[in-house]
This record gives sequence, C-alpha cells and structure tokens, in this order.
Amino acid sequence: MDLSLSDEQKQLQEAAERFVRDKYAFDARRKIAATERGWLPENWAQFAELGWLGMAFSEEDGGYGGGPIETMIVMEQFGKGLVLEPFLPTVVLGGGMIARAGSAAQKEALLAPMIEGKKQFAFAWLERQSRYNLADVSLKATKEGTGWSLSGHKGVVYNAASADEIIVLARTGGSAREPKGLTLFVVDAKAKGLSRRDYPTQDALRASELTFDKVSVGADAVLGKVDEAFPVVEEAVDRAIVALCAEATGCMDAINAGTLEYIKTRKQFGVPIGKFQVLQHRMVDCFTNAQEARSMTLMASLKIDDKDPTVRAKAASGAKVQIGKSGKFCGQSAVQMHGGMGVTDEMAVSHYFKRLTMIDLMFGNQQHHLTRYSNLAMAA
Amino acid sequence: MDLSLKPEHKAFADEVRAFARENLSPATREKTFSGKHYDRDDHMVWQKALGKKGWLAYTWPKKYGGPGWDVTQRFLFENVLAEEGAPRILPFGPKMVGPVIYTFGTEAQKERFLPGIRSSEVSWCQGYSEPGAGSDLANLRTRAVREGDHYIVNGQKTWTSFAHWGDWIFCLVRTNMDAKPQEGISFLLIDMKTPGVTVRPIIMTDGAHHVNDVFLDNVKVPVENLIGKENEGWTCAKFLLANERLGIAEVPSSKRGVSVLRKIARIEPQDGGTLADDPAFTAQIADIDLQVQALEMSELRVLSTMAQGGAPGPEVSTLKVRGSEIQQRIAELTMEAVGEYAQPYQPGMLFHDTNETPIGPDHAPPAAPRYFNMRKTSIYGGSTEIQKNIVSKMVLGL
Repeated sequence: MDLSLSDEQKQLQEAAERFVRDKYAFDARRKIAATERGWLPENWAQFAELGWLGMAFSEEDGGYGGGPIETMIVMEQFGKGLVLEPFLPTVVLGGGMIARAGSAAQKEALLAPMIEGKKQFAFAWLERQSRYNLADVSLKATKEGTGWSLSGHKGVVYNAASADEIIVLARTGGSAREPKGLTLFVVDAKAKGLSRRDYPTQDALRASELTFDKVSVGADAVLGKVDEAFPVVEEAVDRAIVALCAEATGCMDAINAGTLEYIKTRKQFGVPIGKFQVLQHRMVDCFTNAQEARSMTLMASLKIDDKDPTVRAKAASGAKVQIGKSGKFCGQSAVQMHGGMGVTDEMAVSHYFKRLTMIDLMFGNQQHHLTRYSNLAMAA
Repeated sequence: MDLSLKPEHKAFADEVRAFARENLSPATREKTFSGKHYDRDDHMVWQKALGKKGWLAYTWPKKYGGPGWDVTQRFLFENVLAEEGAPRILPFGPKMVGPVIYTFGTEAQKERFLPGIRSSEVSWCQGYSEPGAGSDLANLRTRAVREGDHYIVNGQKTWTSFAHWGDWIFCLVRTNMDAKPQEGISFLLIDMKTPGVTVRPIIMTDGAHHVNDVFLDNVKVPVENLIGKENEGWTCAKFLLANERLGIAEVPSSKRGVSVLRKIARIEPQDGGTLADDPAFTAQIADIDLQVQALEMSELRVLSTMAQGGAPGPEVSTLKVRGSEIQQRIAELTMEAVGEYAQPYQPGMLFHDTNETPIGPDHAPPAAPRYFNMRKTSIYGGSTEIQKNIVSKMVLGL
C-alpha cells in the first residue's frame, strides 16, 4: 500500500495550484462569472496546453495515460478556486463516455479534438420527473430511415450553451424507468429542432433547459450500443461523482482556511473570537469533516477503476454521502462563524457554501446515496 | 388547564380570518406561498390596513392605542395571519421601538411617535449593530456629543434591515466615552431625512437587498429625541432585545412552512410516484413537524406565565435558538425536496412581477435562495452562541 503522490502527480498538483492562484482570485472569478460564456477560452486553451484535458485518457485514445487520481488532483484545486471552466461536463462526463463506449471513428472525431481543447460537451440526462433516477428517461428516439428522430425535454444541462455536441440519453425501448432500452446519442448543439433556454445556476455555473422537437440524427450518432446505454451512463456518473467529491474537498479546505483566518482576526469582547472554546471546537469539527471527506474521496478515486461495478458504485455513493455530510457541516459552520458577513454576497465564504450545497444536489444527494449504498451493501 | 378554545375565541379567529381575506392582496398572498420576496407595497399596504383596523400594534395595551388582547387572542391572530399568507409585520416600529417609547418615553414623545407607529404611516429601522459591535453589542462606537439642544452623531451602523424604506431609525449611541461599555450608551431617535445620514445597500448571498450600512456623518439630532435618560440607554436596549427574542421564534410561519413542504412532497416526482411515497423523506418532515410543536408549546408556556403577570425570562433565548434551527431545517428540506431543479438561479422569479414561466416547478425558484438566506436566523437578533451564553449564565448559573 502506498498513498503518496508520484513526482509527476506532485507536479500536476503544483501546476493546478498555480493556475488557481494566478487566475482565480475572488474578484477575478466574479469577472469570469459575469462574462457571456461564464468561463474563459484562454483558460481552456491553457488546460489543453498543460495536458489536463487528456491526462485521464489512455494513450491509445490519444490521452496521456493517467487516471482517476490525476482527475482528483486537478478537481480538488478547481474546488479551491471555484473554477468555472466546464471540465466536468466536457472531460469527465463527455470524454469519459466517448472513451468507454465510442467507436474508433467517434473517438477520432470527438475525443481527439476535445483533448486539444477544440471541442466541448454537455451531458443531457435529467428530465423533470427524473430526480436522481438515471433510468427515469422518457425523451424518445424513434427510428427514422437509417437514423433516428429525438423528441422530448432535458433539464439542468450544464454547459449546453458552450458545448459543440450534446450527449443525450434517450429512450429507444423498454418501459418507463427500465434501465434496458436507453441509448446515448451525440447531437450537434446546433441541430435543427433543438432549442435552449439558458440560465446561471446558484453557484454561477451555466446550464440550460433543452427541447428536442424531431431532431434528426444519423445512425452514426449512437454512442455505444442501442438500448444498452445504462451501464455506460451509470459508470460515467459514478466517475463524475468522485470528481465532484474531489472538488468538494477543495471547497472545504478553502472555506475552512478562510474561516480559521477570520476567527483569528475578528475581535469581539476584546479578544479574537477564535479564543472562545465553542468556536474552537466547531473549527476542529470542520477540520475533522474535511479530513473524512478527503479520505473517502481518495478511497473512491482508488476504487473507481475496479472491474466489479458494485465495488465502484459503493465507493462512489459512499464518498458522496460523506461529501454531502461534511460539505453541509463545513459550509453551515463557516457561515455561522463569519456572522452576518457569512450571508453576504461580498464574502467568498457564501460562494463556497453555495457550491458545496449544489454539489450535494448533483447526481443524488446524501440521502439518495445512503440508500443506494445501503441497498448494494445489503445485497452482498 | 385546557388546550381547547372558548366560543368567543373561535369567533375572534373567524373575525381575523375574514379581515385577512378582505384586506390582503392576492398578489401579496401568492408571494408568501410561492416564497417570492415582497416589495415595499406588499408590506405597507397590508400594515396600513391593519393599522386602520387598530391591529398593527397588536401587542400593545389599550392605554397606548393597542387592542389590549389576551395571550390567546395574540396567539390566534399570529397563526391565522400566517395561515392566510400575510407578510410578517415588520417589527421595528410596533414590536421594537413602540414598546420602548411607551415604557421609557415622556408623554410628549408618546404623543408624537406612537400614532405613526400604530398606523404604519411612519416606518422604522434599527440602528444597533456596528462593524465592531455584533455579538459584543456594548462595544458600539457611534458617538453622540451634546451641543446645546442637539446631539451631533458620528458613526456607522450595519445590518440595518429596511433602512432604505425607513423614515426613522432608533439608534444606540455612545454619550460617555469614559464610562464602562454598557454605562455610557443612550437610545436616540433619528429622522432618516436629516443631513448626514447615508444608506448603502448590502447584497445578501441570495442576491436580495434587505439590509444596509447606515453612515452617520455629523448628524444633528434634537435632544428631545432621546428616550429615557442619557447614558441609560442600555436598559432600553435590553428591554427591546427581550421582546425581540420572544417573537423571533417565528412559530406560525414555520407551521405554514411544514404544510407547504408536505404539499411540495406530494407534487415532486420520484420513481413514478411522488416524494410523499418515500418514508425516508416523509419521516424527516414528521421530525421537524414535531419539533415545531414542541417549540410552540414551549412558547405558549412562556406566554401563559406572562399573562399571569410574569415577565419573559432569559429562557426565551432557548426559543430563539430552536426557532432559528427549525426555520433553517424547513428551508433545507424544501430545497432537498426540489432536488436537481433547485440549481437554476432565477432572480426574475424571486424579485420581480414577471410573466416568465419558472424553470422546473413553480416552487423551485426560491428553494435554494431561501436555504442560503435562512442561515441568517441563527446569526441575527443575538447569535445562537450568544443565546446559549445567556441561558448557561442566567438560567443555569454556570
């Protein structure tokens, strides 16, 4: 057993730290969030140049042969800076599904340019009724000549406005909520019949509601096998969950550091408020929570490549439960210890709190993953 | 001992309900149930209607123009209005400065200020906190120096709710720099139109503007605006804070929150049914429901003691602590009920009258912002930490 980072991984960590320090000071982030896209193309180009867009993919897929630990390292730093560039939807989800299920032609047409920073993706799975059930999909794809016609609605699709291609989870067979009968399609973001309603999210990211009105795609738009997309999606989402957990650990480190600094400097009753035992113990609990979150994230990152899907799913759900719990504790505590300042827009603490809260709601909250973990553990 | 209502109290509740249905604008009511922010008119039109009826200052004795209600009537009044979707009565005039004025003010001050508070013609805001005086309120630095028949006031107040709507501000100011912190403080009423008063908005985490910084730069205040004696303002301050803590538990609105949450659970889809079919979720609603009941009964026990001539003791701090935790938990569960659709940020749906359709269900837009915003309840009006200090010292003698 060895839990230390390799020299290459340490360099990656330093490079990511440097990026956040140089480009994501709090005021700089506010400016990036206010741009039309909500992220900066120059930063994306820098990711490509640094090799971050290809680091987790195998060499035969045109990547640099890294894996989940590399993703974890970068996502953690992104969490510290509340980075806005669409790494998760493009690289972890989009790139991940193409690498897993794509044909050689699709990898060449989609993955290679993504690694070069020339293509971005969005993943459209959620519908109004889905909640956290990945199989609760009713957007319909019907055969149309040699290709397909897609009609229906998708919601809260991150990065849809910037994406070149939308990866859409559609029902091609089976009954409602049946895992079998789901198919992934790669759809041109500018396809005829596809309309968007764009909006910012609570944490300053960008998402969209998508309406598909008889969107025609060719047979080559199918990613993987017809009717067999569910295992691909479930694995991709588990990987995205672990990446989100890493981001959350970065958020917790940052929010804890900011709070510690605040209680050392803010004076009331003639002393820094950090002299009061009730705040000292709460601060200790914040650090303990962040440690647990880091541990569970590391464990999940190490297990996510396991051949057994149950091992993988339990690790992802277990980490998500921990992140939900720790993120809530650190976020709420940081706000409380900042007093009134903690609920203002001008302080960074409220922005980390919002991101941590949204991470809990993405791909299943604490309660959902506790149930999922419990069902898997009981079945064993 | 009896929990049931007498016929005259039932008739009273019916009268309050009829009044609310007649006078509360449907648009305001809709905002309450959908969780949107009120604008100034939502509050003022409603408060003026209450004022005209003689019900705005509903906790006041008859002597000062209040209705002189008993504890049961107050309880019914608050609950019926919450059920009907009325905005809370802004407390700064009728619940905070009003009682201070009729308890500590001169006859002239009562005559001058109480009518405007009762009718809501004059809006008030609270000048207590300062950048260096939050939990440590007695550390306040705003100075008032006597010059002839005026005070000259300099300093900064912060977290001042609705200062941008306020006609007057009641301020704690330091009139003796040499005395112990709590001994050199005075309670001063300041007309917001006086030269030297500047209001700067503070934007909250949900994007809302409720609170402000108030800067006081050589503000000239007539000596007759001093309430009570000079340097004895801390007595008024404490009296006001004890009153504030009693109402701040917000039990009626939490009861409404639980019933709205159950409605949302019956609408929110999950696995082909609704969230109401999920025992793991509904048990959490039941848990908070019971916490609300415990809080309500505790509050009623305090009110019952007060009705027999007792004053609210330091134990009301426990009501404030639990009341804020409960409000926060209800907001949290409501956001969790909405799930992924709590993520879109929809300020248009929160702050403006709009014909836009919301993204997701109608109850989605305010869910996350309200959760973020409700974190303030364990901070304002004396933080949870301060309330617990009060209880451990004053109640438990630790």
